[in-house]
Order: sequence, then structure tokens, then C-alpha cells
Amino acid sequence: MKYLDEYRDEAVAGKLVNELRRVVTKPWVLMEVCGGQTHTIVKYGIDHLLPDEVELVHGPGCPVCVTSLEMIDKAHAIAQQPNVIFCSFGDMLRVPGSKVDLLVLKSRGADVRVVYSPIDSLKIARANPNKKVVFFAIGFETTAPANAMAVWQAEKQGITNFSVLVSHVLVPPAMAAILESPINRVQGFLGPGHVCTVMGYQEYEPIAARYRVPIVITGFEPLDILEGVLMTVRQLEVGTADVQNEYPRVVKREGNRPAQDLVNSVFEVCDRKWRGVGSIPKSGYKLRSEFREHDAERLFEVEAIDTEESSICISGLVLKGVKKPHDCPAFGKECTPHRPLGATMVSAEGACAAYYAYGRHLQEQKRKVEQVGISE
Amino acid sequence: MLPESKVGSTEETNGANLCALMGACPLPLSDYQEIVLAHGSGGKLSQQLIQEILLPQFRNELLDVQHDGAVFSVNGARLAFSTDSFVVSPIFFPGGDIGKLAVHGTVNDLAMCGARPLYLSTGFILEEGLSMRDFWRVVVSMREAAAAAGVALVTGDTKVVDRGKADKIFINTSGIGVVPERVNIHPGRARTGDKVIVSGEIAVHGIAIMSVREGLEFETEISSDTAPLNGLVHAVLAVGTDIHVLRDPTRGGISSALSEIALSAHVGISLDEASIPISEEVKGACEILGLDPLYVANEGKFLAIVAAEEVAPVLAAMRAHPLGEKAAVIGSVTDDHRGFVFMKTRIGGTRVVEMLSGEQLPRIC
Repeated sequence: MKYLDEYRDEAVAGKLVNELRRVVTKPWVLMEVCGGQTHTIVKYGIDHLLPDEVELVHGPGCPVCVTSLEMIDKAHAIAQQPNVIFCSFGDMLRVPGSKVDLLVLKSRGADVRVVYSPIDSLKIARANPNKKVVFFAIGFETTAPANAMAVWQAEKQGITNFSVLVSHVLVPPAMAAILESPINRVQGFLGPGHVCTVMGYQEYEPIAARYRVPIVITGFEPLDILEGVLMTVRQLEVGTADVQNEYPRVVKREGNRPAQDLVNSVFEVCDRKWRGVGSIPKSGYKLRSEFREHDAERLFEVEAIDTEESSICISGLVLKGVKKPHDCPAFGKECTPHRPLGATMVSAEGACAAYYAYGRHLQEQKRKVEQVGISE
Repeated sequence: MLPESKVGSTEETNGANLCALMGACPLPLSDYQEIVLAHGSGGKLSQQLIQEILLPQFRNELLDVQHDGAVFSVNGARLAFSTDSFVVSPIFFPGGDIGKLAVHGTVNDLAMCGARPLYLSTGFILEEGLSMRDFWRVVVSMREAAAAAGVALVTGDTKVVDRGKADKIFINTSGIGVVPERVNIHPGRARTGDKVIVSGEIAVHGIAIMSVREGLEFETEISSDTAPLNGLVHAVLAVGTDIHVLRDPTRGGISSALSEIALSAHVGISLDEASIPISEEVKGACEILGLDPLYVANEGKFLAIVAAEEVAPVLAAMRAHPLGEKAAVIGSVTDDHRGFVFMKTRIGGTRVVEMLSGEQLPRIC
């Protein structure tokens, strides 16, 4: 398919890998920030093509995964209230709260609907004036403009039965938190291509300079990832720490200004708790007070929530790039996509779920069986 | 995932009472206390329902084959028997409707046993308020589909439920066919060295349904591939003497169908991503919707696992038939990684192709 097949070309991939082998002289740990990038890496087996010196660890860039348990429990409490239509991206349906997930609530009679766009939930609100329609507004800077647009339109068109439960998160503070951690291993980043499509990459320049890490804004196709890895390793080998753009066909340094203006008119920056990571200052968006009539957190009274996370799950360490999914004893055993124990298994873009979906637990089993076979 | 779903004292007590009353076995431990939509996905949870609830209760040697239908002999005649229910929403969609799908579904299940389908039964569950005109359209469509497939609809039943207790119309069809003497086709027969053939472009039906689902407003020209496959299967059986497995990859897509075969035959299956036929339109729709075409339903395609020396004649026979023009070899059966499907990706990496986990799109057929 035009504009996609070009970025999935085996011959070009081979050339990039060969160039990487030529350039690399010592071990490097790179983190791809986005869940979408993790997905591509595992789906195409890219990490298996890389030279041994280059290790990819998987970042916190799956918004479904990092949505806090409190927020999910809140969503469940709202979805169960009478007269509510609860709209969500499909990925959120399977995410376990402290007790259940939205799929189970749906099977018990809650009106839970999957939408592809927040604007669709606005339509549902218009068509059901006697119902309270709530959209679960999650995501990074990428989904913020569409979510902001839904709220802005609701306000402008006087749709009073529409509200959003906002749990937005921001990438740069999370990268800084990873780099600040005393157990950090990350030496270079593949930066978030779609987040930067909206926000541009100026705000990454101070991070690169302050922590002396190269950041290469990278796309999501296999060749994007390979090129992003190559550009990052080249910088590491010569000792530079710049922000570079691998994804210029989509990303501009200044980003999408009208989208940023819309986001800034509807949302303001706030502290935010990340599942598996904890609270990060100034790492989220909340609704500005002008839009409080559309703020589900304010409109719905939710009883004090007492959350309970699994004690064996290591998703916090996976999200920081310290551990790999298969380092976890529960991976693929007690913890699977239809019975996830923690953040990184719950969404298709979570590192553990990507590893599971593309059979890494099975490859791992097979490798172990083969090793036993050889040693015998 | 669900702490409360672990069978606690209340459930245990209820279960025990029920057992005492009915003389039945206790409810097996499950992750879920209720049926969720993913139990109907054709993927992992459907398998769990079959393996943990249904098979242990009904166990017999015909059921244990776990084929699309049962094959048995009556007075020297080899018969195939199969059943399928249809709940697709919407009931009319580009390229077909629930009636056509219901006829094709059972015809195809019989064809996958290598049978020549002969007779169908049908059961309708109608919702009070369904327009007579819509019901008429469905019935006429079933008559046309049966005629085109060369089967007769010989018995049936109709029930009506209160408004809101069903969604417009649900249809069950069952069917009987005859299996030629030399034909021996079932999932357990996949052998190392066999080749995997798909009869055409995959993932069409699922995307066609997706394109008209309420709320999506996804504009596309894609029509369902629903079709009776008995003619194409007949053409294949006429030239191939060593056909081991046939399977129509409906819900759960080709990934789930091949994973099931790898498990039941205890073989490995290796796929080559670049050789899997997918139309540009479907590829585009999958990219936009974030769906993996390997998991999207088909209603007019089948997978054939055949001895390597049969590939040339089988492929030629398929391509000479209007429903098999795009047929292609997509992989092979191996003794490596038994029980699993591996795939060489387009850029030369490898990954495992797993059965569908969760529900990609409910009520697709």
C-alpha cells in the first residue's frame, strides 16, 4: 500500500541493520517512548534483527496502561450509575480496576459504548438528551486536541448532558522522571512521533541538553524504528546529545499550532498519578474552570475509592525500562491479556501485552526447552 | 483479573445445592462468573468455553475431533453433520445479509469436512416488531443462497420473543452432507512438510461489517466475501488426492484457525507475511482501525493444508474457479515449534501468531 509498503521494505531494513552493525562499537541502552513503537518492534521482530550491542527497553508511552487505578475505579463507578451512557476507546474496556473491568460492567447491564472518536460520543449525547453521556478522555498530547474539540463543541453548542472524565498525561515530564531515577539505564531515546506531531519537539531540547541524552523523534513503521535507532546510536558513538527528527514527513519543530491553541484553551497542566510509576508533577492535563460544566469528576459523586494493585506485578519497573516483560515471574502465567495483573498487560500497546500478543512468552519457553535439550 | 470471580463461599454453596438437586457436576473454575462478549469471539475465551464447559460434558469420539462438523457412517454411507447460529448486526450489510450468511455458514462447515452438502434445517428467533418486509427479504435471500449452493432447506422452526429480548432476527442452520469414500479431512491430519494454502484475499467480511456499524461511519466500498465454498472445495477434491485439512477461518480470522490446527495436530506452522493475499482496501481499513487482518473474520475463504506434491494441481484448480482466483501458498507445516504458528515478518523478523485474545468485533456473523 502506498506510503506504508515503502516503510516495510526488507531490503532497506537489511541495509539499515548493516549500517548499524558498522557504526556500533559498544553496548547502548535505548528506550522507545511510545507504546505504538513497542508494538511495531515486537510485531516485526525488529529487536531480533539488531546487533547485540543495542538493547531496546520499552517506555511508558501507552496511555491506557498508565491511567491510574483510582481513575479507572472512578470510571467504573460512573458507568454503573443510572441514566449514564459511558463512552470509551475500545482499549479501556478490558483494563481491570480494583474489582472488575468495563466489559464485565457491560455484561451486567451498564450502557458502555466503544467510540473511535470523542466527537462520536458528542453525537450520542445529542441523540440521547435524557441521558448523561460521559467520555473517558485519556491519552497523551496526541489525543488531547480531539478530546479538547469535543468539550469545546459541547460548550459552544450548549450540549449540557455531555461530560468528560479527564486523565490526560504528558510525555516530557515522564522522560525527565525516568532520567532522574537512580536506577535509570536509558542512554538515548526514540522520541514520540505522534505526540510531537501535535506539540513539536522544542520542549525536548532542554531535556536532551540537561541530561546529556540524544533524543530522536521517531515514527512507527519498521524502517522508521530502524532509522531512529541508527540515528541515536550514531549520536551516542560520537558523544552528542541533540534532538533530531527522523519523522519529518509528519513532525515539524513547532508542531501543530492551531491544535496546541485549542488544547491550551480547554485544558491546563496539573500533577498526575501514573499507574505503575506514581505521581509526577505537572505531568497531566485537567479541564480549565470555564469548562467545569463538562467535568465528570465534578458532576458525579463517587465514593472514596480504595484501590488495590497486584503485589507480584513489576509493571512499574517495565515502564521505566529497568525490567523486560519476561523478567516477571507472572508473565504469560498468572498474568495474560485477558487476566492482566498490571498496567503493561492491559492494552495492546503495553510492553507486556505486545510481548504476549506476538508470542514472546512462547519464544522464551521454546528457547529454554532448546537450551535444556542442548545441555543434556 | 477479577478477584471477586474466584469462586467464594456463596458460589460454592450454590454450586453444591445445584449439584444435589440436579445430580450434575460443579461449575468448573473460570476467570469469569458471567458470559462476556469475548466468549463469542472465536478466540481464546471461546476455546475456554468449549474446552472447559462443553467438551467435558458431551465428550464422545466424534466431538473430540473438534472439526467444523462431525463425520460418521450410517448403513455404509459417510455423512457429515454441522450446525451454526447467526446473530450478525446489522442484518443487511454490503455484499449480503443474515439469511445468506446462515446458509453459507453451514454449507461451508460441511464443505470443510470434504462433504457435499445436501439438506439444511433452519430455526428463526424473531423479535416482536421486526418488519415483515425485512423478514421477507431475509427469507428470499436464503432461498436464493440455498439454490446457488445446491442444497435444499427441508425443515425449520420459528419462535418470536418480546421486543428487546432479541435483536431483530437470529438464525440457526444445521446441515447434512455426504462425504466421498476416499476423503479423510480433519484438523489432526496436518503433517510436517505440508503446505498451507489460502483460497483468496483475507479479512474482507469483518471489514465490510465494520464499515456499516452504527457510530463508525467508515466509508468504504468493501463488500462481504460471503459465499458458498462447496463448489470450490469440490474442484479441489477433484484434483487433489492428499488434502489433509480444510478450515474456513470465520471469527478469529486465519490466526485463530491456524493456531487451533497447530494445537490439535501437534505440528508447527510457519507463515510468510509477504505472501498472504490482502486487498489494498482492506489493508487501508485495517491500518486506520488498528485491526490486524490476521484476526479479522472471513466468510468466503478457506485454508487448505495439503501434501507438498499436491500444491500445484490444487492451486491451479482454485485459481480456475471464480472464488479462488487469488489463492496463494502462505506457509508450511513443520516439526519445529510444535503447537505454535510462527510468521516471518515483512522485514525479515519473526513473531508468534497467537489465537485472538479478547473480542475484536462482536456479532460479526
